[in-house]
Amino acid sequence: MNKISIIDYGLCNLYNVSNALDYLKVKVEIIEKPEDVTNATHLILPGVGAFKNGMRGLKIRNLIEPIKEHIDKDKPFLGICLGMQMMLSKSYEFGEISGLDIIDGEVVKIPQINNTGEAHKIPHIGWNKIIYKEDKLMNGQNNKSSMYFVHSYKAECKNEESVLAHTLYNDVKITAIIKSKNAYGCQFHPEKSGNYGLRLLNEFIKL
Amino acid sequence: MTSNIRLIARLDIKGPNLIKGIHLEGLRIIGDPNVYARKYYDSGIDEIIYMDTVASLYGRNNLSDIVKKTVKDVYVPITVGGGIRSIDDVKFLLRCGAEKVAINTAATKNPELIKEVSRKFGSQCMVLSIEAKRKDNGWEVYTENGRQKTGLDVMDWVKIGEENEAGEILLTSVDNEGTKKGFDFELIKKVSESVSIPVIASGGMGEHEHLNKVVNESSADAVAMADILHYERSSIEDIRRYCIKNNINVREYE
Repeated sequence: MNKISIIDYGLCNLYNVSNALDYLKVKVEIIEKPEDVTNATHLILPGVGAFKNGMRGLKIRNLIEPIKEHIDKDKPFLGICLGMQMMLSKSYEFGEISGLDIIDGEVVKIPQINNTGEAHKIPHIGWNKIIYKEDKLMNGQNNKSSMYFVHSYKAECKNEESVLAHTLYNDVKITAIIKSKNAYGCQFHPEKSGNYGLRLLNEFIKL
Repeated sequence: MTSNIRLIARLDIKGPNLIKGIHLEGLRIIGDPNVYARKYYDSGIDEIIYMDTVASLYGRNNLSDIVKKTVKDVYVPITVGGGIRSIDDVKFLLRCGAEKVAINTAATKNPELIKEVSRKFGSQCMVLSIEAKRKDNGWEVYTENGRQKTGLDVMDWVKIGEENEAGEILLTSVDNEGTKKGFDFELIKKVSESVSIPVIASGGMGEHEHLNKVVNESSADAVAMADILHYERSSIEDIRRYCIKNNINVREYE
């Protein structure tokens, strides 16, 4: 049975992720030391809040290198929300800040107006259907799969192959899941997305 | 194509009980909040709001036990409100499993708190809860379940809330709450059009048509429902079907 290690870097609400994993009957540990990251089989990097604070939290705990090594070894990794955004090269939230650079791309503000010029609300909060490609992580999903999103910034990948799923907020395309080998990142919160979200977490556990 | 509106169950709590009042007062016991939360989750609710109605009496929010229990089998976002006065209060409720907090009284006394919560936990976590009551030319902000005047004008206050980085607004009409007569459509429309953050309409949902009107005419981004669900005058399944039939975008749920 796999054990899932959730990284605590000081600014996120870990409780709900660990609670959802408990429900899936998997062993969970909360870790914050570099050596614990090195020893982990499955890593989850959750997170809410600002990109800059997130990267700072990882840096002061010396977690950046062990996370990258974990991913280089093709070990399963899941970034959630800010954790997903930090997988990209850089962000423009409160100035230009470097990310983990696992996937080539950047994090930009969701435009205040949609493609037809109508204003829409930021943050984007709510349930949106995801449009996805075939992947082992997506087992059990279907054409009704909707997930809970809450964010003001969105991920823009340089290569389309890095994008496993997207959604539409009004008509603005939002990257929903990114992927590089066994490293995944989802913009939405699977731990708050009902059965579809739990199914996705369950597939991650099985990787 | 417009975005999905959110269907939210609002559960007002007194002690261990789910209760319901009229104009936020005259409270009646309905039952065990966890049972109702689970039922709404199973039938596809998008979010749940727990509001501690007697928090001000005790000087703090008393919902931690209920929240802890709920999040064991309810996997949608839960917002907790009532008596939240500090960063530590927020941290504690998030640790219990809340996704967001709704703050009213403490924010009116110190608007900086909105920014502090937003900066510390992210604006998605900071719901500005507003109890609005009609006055001669507009609406006034109230606290203590609509009993305490603040002197603040709602239209001024929502701008202050937005400037202080609130993530969304829970807008409750004290006049319409519990009356089943419909939302204060004018209030919701005015506020929704003046801010660029999402607005949750609350207070007065009595029939399906009210939802149509508050979304299409008042531009609400989310709808909070209480006794229409608690007393089973409708169900989430029926409301979802009604929305789909009337071209109101909602999450598909199987």
